Amino acid sequence: MAGQDDPKKAKIAKYIDENLKQVFSDLEGDEMPTQITDLLAVLRAQDDERKTKK
Amino acid sequence: MTAPDPRDELVDHLPALRAFAMSLTRNRATADDMMQDTVLKAWSNIDKFTPGTNMRAWLFTILRNNFYTSRRKLNREVADVDDVMSGQLSVKPEHDGRLQMMDFKVAFNQLPDEQREALILVGASGFSYEDAGEMCGVATGTMKSRVNRGRAKLTQLLKLEDDDTLELTDQATMAVVSGSGFATK
Repeated sequence: MAGQDDPKKAKIAKYIDENLKQVFSDLEGDEMPTQITDLLAVLRAQDDERKTKK
Repeated sequence: MTAPDPRDELVDHLPALRAFAMSLTRNRATADDMMQDTVLKAWSNIDKFTPGTNMRAWLFTILRNNFYTSRRKLNREVADVDDVMSGQLSVKPEHDGRLQMMDFKVAFNQLPDEQREALILVGASGFSYEDAGEMCGVATGTMKSRVNRGRAKLTQLLKLEDDDTLELTDQATMAVVSGSGFATK
């Protein structure tokens, strides 16, 4: 029985992982929210300012 | 020649970090707040990052720690789910890739946080059980168990025990992944 179950289990796991990768990839493709891009711009500007003061 | 600034590498991981935040919180606004905190912490503690190690793992760890700390403070789980992840779980799988994917997302969102996190880290992001366990502060065996329980729950919710159904959903998924369209086959 186990011999029959294992390939099925492996197939299900593969199916699940393929779907997970697709869901994750879709989310990765979302546009970065402005609050994050704005934050990065502020952090970079602060760093630049600090460097010029040195 | 100066060493590359790890902050430049940090930016490269932001899309994956946001995807992880969305998967964990299931809510766009909460995910973005978590991400903002994570970026701020990572940026101001960049000297604590060891160059040559896995920055994505480092960022994911900061984010998940933020998530669980904040959840403990609120003493409740974020239950609201965005439209991106919402939908109706059909009684029987439909022979359409997009509906199958929607069903999958709905089922995935029903898993407990720890199982969702484990599946995203190991199944979607490709971290080893060992690395994922380290990121979550649990033993490798615990991580394996979370992944197995998550898969078992998805199997049950999506009725994947039926071999014929799995064949159909496999084709449907591959049609979506390849962008070829299931109906054209």
